[in-house]
Amino acid sequence: MSWKYLLKRLLIFFITILVAATLNFLVPRLTPQDPITAVLGAMASKGIVLSDSESVVQMYTEAFGLDQPVIVQYFKYLGNIFFRFDFGYSISYYPNKVLPIILNALPWTMGLLLIGNLVAFLIGNLLGALCAWKKTPRFFRGFIYVLMPFSTIPYYVLALLLMYLLAILNPIFPISGATTAGAAGGFTLAHLQDLAVHAVLPILSVALSLIGFWALSMRGIMSTVLGEDYLTYAQARGLRGGRIFYHYGIKNAVLPQYTAFAIDLGKIMCGSVLVEILFNYPGVGYVLYNALRTADYFVMQGVIMFIIFTVALATLIMDLIYPKLDPRIQYD
Amino acid sequence: MTILKKLYQLHRRMPTLLPGILLILIIALPGSLFKPALDMDLTMLDGSRINLAPCEEYPLGTQSEGKDILTLLLIGSWVTLKIGLIAGFIGIGLGTALGLIAGFFGGKVDTVISTVVDIGMTIPPLAIMILIAASVQNISIAGMGVIVSVTAWMQPTRIIRSQMLSLKERNYVQLARISNVSNLEIIFREIMPNLLPFLASTFVNAVSTAILSSIGLEVLGLGPSSSMSLGSTIYFSTYYSAMWRGMWWWWLPPIVVIVLIFVALFLISLALDELGNPKLKRM
Repeated sequence: MSWKYLLKRLLIFFITILVAATLNFLVPRLTPQDPITAVLGAMASKGIVLSDSESVVQMYTEAFGLDQPVIVQYFKYLGNIFFRFDFGYSISYYPNKVLPIILNALPWTMGLLLIGNLVAFLIGNLLGALCAWKKTPRFFRGFIYVLMPFSTIPYYVLALLLMYLLAILNPIFPISGATTAGAAGGFTLAHLQDLAVHAVLPILSVALSLIGFWALSMRGIMSTVLGEDYLTYAQARGLRGGRIFYHYGIKNAVLPQYTAFAIDLGKIMCGSVLVEILFNYPGVGYVLYNALRTADYFVMQGVIMFIIFTVALATLIMDLIYPKLDPRIQYD
Repeated sequence: MTILKKLYQLHRRMPTLLPGILLILIIALPGSLFKPALDMDLTMLDGSRINLAPCEEYPLGTQSEGKDILTLLLIGSWVTLKIGLIAGFIGIGLGTALGLIAGFFGGKVDTVISTVVDIGMTIPPLAIMILIAASVQNISIAGMGVIVSVTAWMQPTRIIRSQMLSLKERNYVQLARISNVSNLEIIFREIMPNLLPFLASTFVNAVSTAILSSIGLEVLGLGPSSSMSLGSTIYFSTYYSAMWRGMWWWWLPPIVVIVLIFVALFLISLALDELGNPKLKRM
């Protein structure tokens, strides 16, 4: 990998963050009201009255320098985000800052996304590859037609259906939350079990819709790999079927899937936000939902900025390690 | 007779097209063409008795604000489709224009447009839409379409650009060029007709992405203020914990319609993909 490519990629990363921050700054200001009045108005319309609203207004007017020219405000805003990771204060939970609220919720989201995606990526790719493999039994290859609708149904719809089937009709799993209310924490077996039982449905909602997506695209890639010369050669050498399938088939076919993963990261992240909301799972998405319900504008902006930052960072990392995964790729 | 015959031939070539279009029409018609036949009072607050299970008078029951679910559903299906269509048209229009310019002229213009698209694609679409929808008060249905279109133009730009790159090297385009035909004429007379199948399938995909994101926004409670779209119905059903209270007639019907819409769009795009790329072998 050349320095030029690295620099270009880093530049794109910073431009992405800059664009996101600029939108975050501009969009609220394009509306006729100033942000503070808008926030307080929205809160009042939802029946939330602040006890010391005057001090909040004053604090924000000072913090954002709302009496200064817009361009000064803009650079101050950028400075706060880029150099101090400061997203401001929550209005509902004043005087809590926005960042700790997000960081507290992060482990839940990370757990949900990591496990859900890992499960979906492994199972989906394996199923897709098996569906393209000629020695797979016929009835199993027909399985792809079962997966197809799953890839078109939005996850939140899937989440609602799962909730109804497995939490209400047959109450196997809890309907919402991440732990039983009032349960003792700590590293006890009972507590871990409690955590796991609560996580099953949200993870399943994320995973099921993604399994269909991965399986469909894997089947397509695998069927082109099957026509490659090296596969015919491997067969001519009399290698065992399982070895050809794994070492020659899957290993080559899965490479474009990593790229697809990087491209779809944003969609995946946003999907999990909705799943968290439906299951009252206390992750970043739930924080966002509460912020929207209580018109806590700065928490909302913080979460959005945070999501954009995480996705951009993950895409950057994926792009940089991709040549290590696929040595045939060369950047210039 | 000839029309029927042609329809039959079309059906033989693209067997999934007609079922898809029929499904969409069935979903769309009651809320659009037959709207005058619907009793709009039933969608008003306290229009009927609250929390009724499906009965003769209210085939799908009523919800906790006294709105009739069936009427909400018929109107909402068209509202949701309309949002998708508006966003789809904006997306495909903007995407085609940018893709044509980038692909045809190349050079610096292409670099700028491609970089903008690349950056736009790394920003999660829902994040930007939430930001806009939460800042605007009283969103109209058309406004919702515009908000959702924020993310519907990037994919079309990419697809049209790459098609343009391959089309402009074809012999007939080269011939038109050396015959001193103007750029605009080349684009509209030589290249556009060949792009049409791609435009059709890209349009359907853009509509489907737009509907997906619009419902996502509505489930968050950021829908149009008339609150009659399918996503808003789901939002209110979770808001009043309909599922918990066993009111399946409130949350299940909109979900069924949403799934049907996506299946219909999937069938149509499957057919159009084949039209755009006849070499695509069916497995």
